[in-house]
Amino acid sequence: MKRPGFGLTLVLVFAASFAAAQGGGDKRRTGYQDMSAALQQMADDETSNPGLLFVKAGEVLWKQPAGKANKACADCHGAVDTSMKGVAARYPAIPKDADKPVDLEGRINLCRTGQQQAEALKPESEDLLALDAYVTHASRSLPIAPPADPRLARVRELGKALFTRREGQLNLSCANCHDDNAGKKLAGATIPQGHPTAYPVYRSEWQTLGSLKRRLRNCVIGMRAEAYAYDSAEYLALEVYLMDRAKGLKIESPGIRP
Amino acid sequence: MRIAASLAFAFVLTAASVSAQELRTYVVAGDAVPDSLTGQPGDAEKGRAIVANRTVGLCLLCHSGPFPEQPLQGNLAPSLSGAGARNTPGQLRMRLVDPSRLVPDTIMPPYYRLDRLQRVARAYEGKTILSADQIEDVVAYLMTLKE
Ligand code: HEC
Ligand code: HEC
Repeated sequence: MKRPGFGLTLVLVFAASFAAAQGGGDKRRTGYQDMSAALQQMADDETSNPGLLFVKAGEVLWKQPAGKANKACADCHGAVDTSMKGVAARYPAIPKDADKPVDLEGRINLCRTGQQQAEALKPESEDLLALDAYVTHASRSLPIAPPADPRLARVRELGKALFTRREGQLNLSCANCHDDNAGKKLAGATIPQGHPTAYPVYRSEWQTLGSLKRRLRNCVIGMRAEAYAYDSAEYLALEVYLMDRAKGLKIESPGIRP
Repeated sequence: MRIAASLAFAFVLTAASVSAQELRTYVVAGDAVPDSLTGQPGDAEKGRAIVANRTVGLCLLCHSGPFPEQPLQGNLAPSLSGAGARNTPGQLRMRLVDPSRLVPDTIMPPYYRLDRLQRVARAYEGKTILSADQIEDVVAYLMTLKE
């Protein structure tokens, strides 16, 4: 039996997918693109972006000897714009001689404890955020490029499972909001796709810079689920998954959020 | 701007609204729970306050409705306007108690269910989002939304 219009539909479907392929078909948007023009401008302007104060503080710490070894980051690495360019774009990664990934803050603390023989910096402490912001800033505008390390695959899978699993009293998954309802309004807030490009981020609500983990923690608590420990394998796995999901998107840190 | 963001996630900061209690048993008939969970009719005025409250009902995170005093309403879900014309009280009760009975993969939270939940925060463990009384108040209020 001949169905009139069937052929035309096929042509249209083909044309549509072809157009999508021509445009790259990439529907990903970063949180920056969802911000108001005023906030975008503030983030772009290095003199008005409050996150830059942390970058400046990070520069001081970078050059300051610390710990029993009395060495500065700069003593081993030199200038960030050469040695650290692209580094933030490929973390979390599995360090040499280790079997578990660390994120950039974890990597910074490995240098603190191992090379400088100093105490690890506390999560969300000003110094850790400042060093994170300074090193990440050296990758600003570079595309996120997770390492090809096959050992990361398992972690990424765990992250994806956590991202899609419903939890908490509200019985929601990350994917319910960030995959299925991104762009819609959750009360007053536009739900972002949840790409980690802008972190560490300056949030006016926090009145300070905050790490990606702090953001993830807020979302977990929003679902009325039990927050994970800051150094948990779960947050790390989510970070690994989010970086993979954002592969190719450009680093925007320090971003600004309301 | 800041107010918008903190309101959206204001539900983060509040303690549980309902203290631990036994779940009342209820009978499902088709797509409805025909009988009041408490045996009493609810109070529509209290119901409106619950629905409008972002930290109690949470409804306006996802829904919009006739709440001119609430500037921040969600659009993840249909407007609540007319809910009382589209549904019977029993259908609304089912919708609140366990929406997954109506739409298996719904994002609407189960307001009166304790099973099939994972990793519930300690502060909310063993507690339903709303109490049986609150469910009845919300049903009574929604039934007033005829258009
Ligand atoms: C009920 C909806 C909801 C759920 C569930 C949810 N989030 Fe979010 N998420 C949001 C909203 C809304 C924001 C933006 C808040 C703002 O900036 O005002 C956000 C922000 C984020 C961001 C930052 C994006 C940016 O550009 O700043 C990340 C990353 C993120 N979420 C990841 C997650 C992960 C991982 C989970 C699960 C563990 C999760 N979210 C669960 C609603 C949700
Ligand atoms: C996290 C999102 C979310 C929250 C919170 C939520 N809902 Fe819903 N609700 C939905 C979605 C989505 C639908 C559409 C049907 C479906 O997918 O289940 C819906 C459908 C409904 C319907 C049926 C549609 C109609 O009008 O005929 C009613 C009534 C309703 N919700 C009432 C409420 C009330 C009252 C509250 C708060 C006590 C609430 N909802 C909280 C997401 C939500």
